[in-house]
Order: sequence, then C-alpha cells, then structure tokens
Amino acid sequence: MYAFTLERPTTTADAAKLAAGGAKPLAGGQTLLASMKLRLSNPEQLADLSGIKELIGIKRDGNAFVIGAMTRHADVAIHAELKAAIPALADLAANIGDRQVRAMGTLGGSVANNDPSACYPSAVLALGATIHTTTRKIAADDFFLGMFTTALNDGELITAISFPIPKRAAYMKFKQQASRFAMVGVFIAQFDAGVRVAVTGASSSGVFRHKGLEDALGKSFTPAAAASVKIAATDLNSDIHATAAYRANLISVQTQRGVTKALG
Amino acid sequence: MGASDFVNLPNIGASIRRKEDYRFLTGGGQYTDDITLANQSYAVFVRSPHAHANINSIDLSKAKAATGVLDVFVGADVAADKINGLPCGWLITSTDGSPMKEPPHPILAQGKVRYVGDHVAMVVAETLEQAKNAAELVEVDYDVLSAVVKVTDAAKATALHDAAPDNHCYKWALGDKAQVDAAFAGAAHITKLDLTNNRLVPNAMEPRAAIGSYNRANDDYTLYVSNQNPHVERLLLTAFVMGLPEHKVRVIAPDVGGGFGSKIYLYAEDVCLTWASKKLNRNIKWTADRSEAFLSDAHGRDHVSHAEMAMDKDGKFLALRVHTDANMGAYLSTFAPAIPTILYATLLAGQYATPQVYVEVDAWFTNTAPVDAYRGAGRPEATYLLERLVTRAGWDMGLSQDEIRRRNFITEFPYQTPVALQYDVGDFHALLNRANELADIAGFPARKSASEAKGLVRGIGYSSYIEACGLAPSNVAGALGARAGLFECGEVRVHPTGSVTVFTGSHSHGQGHETTFAQVVAARLGISVDAVDIVHGDTGRVPFGMGTYGSRSMSVGGTAIMKALDKIETKAKKIAAHLMEASDADVEFANGEFTIKGTDKKVTFGQVALTAYVPHNYPLDKLEPGLNETAFYDPTNFTFPAGTYICEVEVDPATGSVRVDRFTAVDDFGNIINPMIVEGQVHGGLVQGIGQALLENCVYDEESGQLLTGSFMDYAMPRADDMPSFTLDTLCTPCSHNPLGAKGCGEAGAIGSPPAVINAVLDALKPLGVVDFDMPASPGRVWEAIQSAKH
Repeated sequence: MYAFTLERPTTTADAAKLAAGGAKPLAGGQTLLASMKLRLSNPEQLADLSGIKELIGIKRDGNAFVIGAMTRHADVAIHAELKAAIPALADLAANIGDRQVRAMGTLGGSVANNDPSACYPSAVLALGATIHTTTRKIAADDFFLGMFTTALNDGELITAISFPIPKRAAYMKFKQQASRFAMVGVFIAQFDAGVRVAVTGASSSGVFRHKGLEDALGKSFTPAAAASVKIAATDLNSDIHATAAYRANLISVQTQRGVTKALG
Repeated sequence: MGASDFVNLPNIGASIRRKEDYRFLTGGGQYTDDITLANQSYAVFVRSPHAHANINSIDLSKAKAATGVLDVFVGADVAADKINGLPCGWLITSTDGSPMKEPPHPILAQGKVRYVGDHVAMVVAETLEQAKNAAELVEVDYDVLSAVVKVTDAAKATALHDAAPDNHCYKWALGDKAQVDAAFAGAAHITKLDLTNNRLVPNAMEPRAAIGSYNRANDDYTLYVSNQNPHVERLLLTAFVMGLPEHKVRVIAPDVGGGFGSKIYLYAEDVCLTWASKKLNRNIKWTADRSEAFLSDAHGRDHVSHAEMAMDKDGKFLALRVHTDANMGAYLSTFAPAIPTILYATLLAGQYATPQVYVEVDAWFTNTAPVDAYRGAGRPEATYLLERLVTRAGWDMGLSQDEIRRRNFITEFPYQTPVALQYDVGDFHALLNRANELADIAGFPARKSASEAKGLVRGIGYSSYIEACGLAPSNVAGALGARAGLFECGEVRVHPTGSVTVFTGSHSHGQGHETTFAQVVAARLGISVDAVDIVHGDTGRVPFGMGTYGSRSMSVGGTAIMKALDKIETKAKKIAAHLMEASDADVEFANGEFTIKGTDKKVTFGQVALTAYVPHNYPLDKLEPGLNETAFYDPTNFTFPAGTYICEVEVDPATGSVRVDRFTAVDDFGNIINPMIVEGQVHGGLVQGIGQALLENCVYDEESGQLLTGSFMDYAMPRADDMPSFTLDTLCTPCSHNPLGAKGCGEAGAIGSPPAVINAVLDALKPLGVVDFDMPASPGRVWEAIQSAKH
C-alpha cells in the first residue's frame, strides 16, 4: 500500500466537496482496499463515507424501495420488509462474497465500481432502478457504460438507489469457482409493463439487458419461452473459466431456472 | 519391542486431543513472520515479469538512493562472492547412461530469467514499505525471448539453458521392455488412455518466510525459515551453496503453517537472506505475499502420459506400458528429478499382480515455476494414471469397476513388483469389500434413478491405491540417485524428575507430532502424555534430522524415538537392578514400574530417573550417570499404505456442475497411534485430492508464459461446501519391519481420491457419450465435453 491521507466526512455535502477536490471515495472498501494493498491503486486521499448517516438505510417509498448507498449487503439481505417485497434483491445481497465481504461491502460501492462480474448491477438494471446522486437522478438504462465505467462524473457520489417493486423476480448466480463472483448472473423481473432481464458476468462490457429474452418472456413468462430464445455467444467473454459458448448456455439455463423460481 | 506388543500399550490408539492446539487456537503460535529480531531490516525481491528474457542491464541507481535502502543485490554480487546456485538433491541417470542435464540454478539471475517470478534483485531496507518502494525503482532492461509452458511443446521451443539445448533433462526407464512388448503381442485386449495430470499450486496457509541473521561476535548465522526439514536446509545451504562450515549455521523452522512438500526445498530467498545478513551485518526478514507464493513456490504434478494395459480374455492384466512427459519447470528444484521417476514409476504396479511393467519418462524444462514434490509426490500421478486405466479396462472388458480390480489384486505377501518395490503386507480384497459395504453400492441404482428424475446424471468411481511411504532405506535411495541419506534421528532426554523431552528430526507443520510422538513415549515409559514434550525444527537443539515428507514421520521418525527408548529402557533396567540388588537380566519393565519376577520388589520409572541424576547409590564403576539417549534409524523397506476409495457424483448436464454426493475411503495405515489425527489427515488429503479433481488448475498463458491463475480469484481452492461429509474407515495389516507397525497416513487422501472422482464423473457421463475426460472437472470443461460428445 502506498501512503495516503484519510478524511472522514460526516455529511454528504462534505464528502462531495472532498470528492470534487480529488479524494477517492471509500465505501465498503472490498475492491478498493484490496487493490491498494496490491499497489494497483494509488489514491493520495481517501474520503471514508462510512460516517455519513444519511447514506445508510432502507425505506419503502410508494411502489419502490430506496436503499442508501452506504447500506451494507448484510443489512439488505436481512431486511424483513424488503425480503417480503423483493425477495430476489435480498437473496442477491445474501449471496455476495462471503460473510466478511457482506458485512463491509455496500450497495453504492458495488454499483459505482461496476465490476463486470458483480451481482448488484444486474438488479439495478433489471428492476429499472433509479440512481440518486449528489447532483441528479440517473435511470439504470443510462448508468452502466461498460466495464468499471458508469455515467458518474468525477466527484459525483451515489447517495441512494430506488428499486421499483416488481410483480415477480429472481436472481440466478452461477459462481465462478475460484472467486465466487458471477460467472453468469441473470436477474429477471416481471412488471405490468413487461419483463426485464439483465445479465452480469458474461460480457467484458459489463452488465447488459437481453432483448430477446425480455420479448419472449414478455409474451409468455415460462421457462419454455426462455428456452426458445437462442443466445448468441458473439459478444460474450471467453476466459480460462468459461468459453463464450458456455456462458451463452448458462444465460439460457439460468434464465429458464430463474423464471421457474420467480413463479414460485 | 515389536509392533504387536506396542499396539497394546496404554494411549496407543487413543484419540487424545492435540497438545499443540491450545497454542494455535489461542494465537500463541510462533511462525517465522511473528519473530522480530533487534536490528531487523526487510527484503523485497524484484522478480521477472517475463517468462523468458535476457537481461541487458540493470540500473540500481534510483533504488539504492531511495529512502531507507540499505543495499540492493543482483546476480553480479552473487557471482563476485562466489555463492553457488541451488543444488539438486537427486541425480537421475538417462537410459543412455548419461547424467541428467543439471543446469545452474542461480539465486539471483545471471543475465537471464526463465520464468515469471524468477529472482532478479533483492532490495533490503529499514522498513517493508521502503523496500517495496525501492523495488519499484529497479530498472531492468530485458530482451524478451519466446517462452514455452506446455511440457509437450518443450522439445521444439527456444532453449532455456545452454546445458540442455533441446530443453530435455533426462530420459529414464524402468522395467523390461522386451518382456512387456512380448506380452502385448500376445494380449487378447489392449486398453489405451492418454492422461494429463494438471499442475497445482501448493498454497500452504502460511506463505514462505525467512529471517537471515548474522552474529558478528561469534561469526555464525541463524536462519529462521518456514521449512519442513531444517537440517537438510542447513546441509544444502552450507555445504553446497555458501561453502560455510555447518556448525556456524543454525536453522530454525519454528511453527510452520503447512507445507505439503513446498517447504522441503532450499529456495533462493533463503540463501540471499543468509548471505546478505553478513554483508550488511543486519537481520533481514522476508515474508512472501500470496502473489509471490503463487509465482515462486515449487508447483506440483504437471504430467502428460500415455498408458496401455494388455489383458487376457478374462481381464487379467498381462503387462502395463507407460510413457510420461514430466514438466520440471525452469530449474531443477531440490528433489524434482526423483518425483516422476523413483516416486512415480515404482508405484505403477499398484495393487495388481501385473507381471510386467515398463515405464519411460522424459523430463523437460519449460518457462514455468520449478515443479517438485507436492502432497503425494509422484504417487498421485501414478495412481491417477493406473486407476483411470483400470476402470477403463474394466469397461472395455464389460466388467464392473470392482470386478476388474478383484481379478487382478495381489493376494500373497511379501510381493515383489516388476518395478523394484517389495510390498511386505496388505489385504486389498478386504479394503475393497469394506468400501463397498460403506458406500452402499446396493443402493446406487435407486439413487441413480432419483437423480435422473431431477434431470441429473449420477456416477460412481473406484480407486484402489497403494503408496510407498516411510522414505527410505538410504542404501536403496542412494543406488537410485539420492544425494542424501533418508534415516531419522531421535533423542530422548529423561529429566531427573521423570518427565521427558524428545528431540526429533521430524518436523511438524500440521501433522500433530507433538501429540502422537508424546503418546508413543508416554506409552513406552508408563508416564502421562503431559509429561512428554516434543522439540523439533531447530538444528541447534535437535541432533540431526531428515525432516518430514513422504508420510515418513511416524514410521521413520517415530521408530528412531522407539530405538532411543530401547536404549533408555536398557540403561534404566541396569539402574533399577542396582537399586533392587538384582541382576540386569531379571528386571522387567511395564506400566512405568521395574520389577523382579517372582518377588515383590519394584522401583518406579521416576525413582530410576532421579537416581540417574543423583547417583549416590549407583553403579558408577559400570554405568555413566544420566538418562539421555539418541538413536538413528534407517528403515529396511518402504511402508505401503493402501486403500479403496469410492466416489459418487451427481452431474447437472445443463450446466456441467459436478457435486460429490458421497465419498467413502477405507485405508490400511497399519497400526494407528491417534485415530482422530489420522482422520484429520485423511480429511485434508481428500480435500486436496478432490480439489485437484474438481477445482484446482494452474494455468500459464501459452504465448506469454504469464501465470493466469496467480491469485485465489482465478485459482480455485476447495472450500468446505465443495465437499461431502466423508465416510471413513481403517483396516490394519501392521507394517512388518518397524516396531510401531505404522505405515503413514499423510498423503493417502490426496493420492487415492482424484481418479475416484474422475472415474465417477466418467461413469455419470457415459450415457451422454463422453468417454474421456481429464482434471479438473470444472463445470465449463464438463459441459464442453458433453457438447463435444454430441457432435
């Protein structure tokens, strides 16, 4: 780890000021601290967001849940009201990393980082969530711009994310065996307006929606409808853990199983 | 005392809780990195980022000028001080009579680097951060060469070493080729198989660490190092590398958090730290981080083989023919050449009465980390090949996996194999029968149907392994190329108050010696286990030792202690005889008491111990005072643990996921001192073996030679939830040639389990048309195999 200075703001406004001045925001640190220890990341100043109370919490707001950016995965996983309304989201949080990661990692940190194998981006995208920042509100469809890239400007911090409550949803994570990140994760959400399917882990450009699956499931929310969609492997990742063809297969299989799970 | 008497002593066969665990579980362990010496500085190694490159120049000016830097050392400094390269401890002779190619193994690169992670420079600074900062300032100008990582590509690749222009280290063979060829010519059926034994990274929980320490007052050195055999480390370091007198170097291997073979060897870092500690007159600590461990610990396995079994019409084995290409990595690690030869080919008879076996091994250099012994060391490679081949042979002949084995088991002992070893005892049918019972083979068809109803396929796999442990008769090892003896040493020091400290050359790094060895001593002397402490891992305290590997500690190290106890008992009887005014020959010793047959005279062990050190009433004219004895024991044969393992898997054909549903292991380890510790060893071995079969796979990029699985993000270590609850049992045919009747249990699980898993996967996938498959059975690879079979 290289030397750095640490600031501990207690308000979002102070944090935003520090970030605007070049400080690197520190959320749960589950990616940033590890990369700093490996000397792969070299921030001169960290702004630790963990002391900002207004960024923490889960509350129902009409037909949506608003989750503060600094809410830990472990707290999302056990929130009774959320579990009842969007069990797929609580289930997703309950299976991120291990117990230690879930105790530290945060929603905002994960979404802002946009790791192409992270779980949360698929929920944000499939549920059509809205990302609240220190300066604006961004629709999920406009937020994820590619691997480790988002619509956030320098110094702009996520404050909360608002998740609409779907009729049905499921998250299916097929774990890469070493990291236990998603080798392929599929989040399926059914709304009155239609079905949204977001896939993580499969593409080097990060989370994406699958139009073919959404159309088929919009017409018939059944495993058979999902199975009938041919998944192209063209833009999918090939690495030492999985070929693109295998990832395409997993998208199909996981979607079919996810629909079954969502139907209960 | 013989094995049949020994096993009836108190505390033998008792699951006594591990004495060392209080220390470990309360954070009281003292690992190398826990040690902080006065005047300590820190070393960081600059490692090659390239798999193969010439070094044009190294600019140290910025690094040497950096804050806190004491010095930076490179290959030229090593050469100037005439420090030798790392020695290889085993000479293999090629079939044409020439010695293996043994190119130099410099501790810091001499103009060339040969794998990613190779040592280029050592930076020493006041703090670790300063050393890391300065290491980034070392500027090396490389001329990158093409690299080879696959053993089967080595012959055509750019040469790593001048001494081996075709990258060939040796061609070695064992067995009678003409007889084997003749048997094949007359065979009713021949089963053929190509196999790859995947490369593994050892990943001990504690990374390697060392502190080099020089004492100017006495002109002597102390090396603290996370190591499995400190005396061997010292011998190699002093006699072969640094040219120092052995008595001026003390090697201490304190608590060590796992080794699995990877800490047997003398590494470049150990030498650099020791050497530089005198140059700088500073204590210097280095602790590998996990990334360094991945790059620079000696790896395991990495064989590519072709095997053929000739059979008669009934499936009786007539002859086995094997060719193996073994990857040595970039340099020869300490025992590397012995692994794919002496510890591999000699095990290829397995549990079977195959009359003829011929094995040919080509060893190659590649631009990868050195490969050496890793839990099992050659025997897992042999077992994987043979047990895959036997299962396939059975299927070819229409025989079940247990029937093909039954038809070929050795049933009479001692049995001379065609590959040099002589098995002393065993009962292979009994092991198979017991495994069949425990695995509920009768219930398998119903379980298979239940899986099918869920859209899953189920398979069962057998593996009947044998291994050679208790390394080794030194004269045999010497004739086979070993450059060291393989005996063990034990010293039993009885204190005046009757408690005992034992000094053993075996090293415990997770094996529980502090408990099992204490049980042996306590049982023999009739004292409590708490009255015995075990000291190991320090050349300054233990007379000598060859260390711990090859499941040798109890059978060889334990026997050395038994021999020392024989001497203690003999002397103690003389003292007791004097006290009881009887003749030596009439004294009997049992349960801690010396008695005279036919009388009520007795003295206790404690009285004798006190008398030995307070010799007021003592035969001083005939006997020295004191009660302290040392013994060296060199075994007369290897020991032969054996077992049958049965694995049952469920495979999801849609995703390729493999779940081990049941795993049954029945082992014959001979007499068992502490069943709980043995069970723990089997658990650990099974997890490593199943880990190799399902998860672990070390991958280098074939173009660049970069290590692609350089962290736990990409190298899949087995976790508890990857494993079933194991079903274990042991049967016993005591080892015939050591007084403990013990054979060894440390590696069995890792040796026997991989082929059981893969045979089970293949059994499950047979209906889908998959006929061949190699480790690891990761979901992607299984799914691809199913797709290939469809086309």
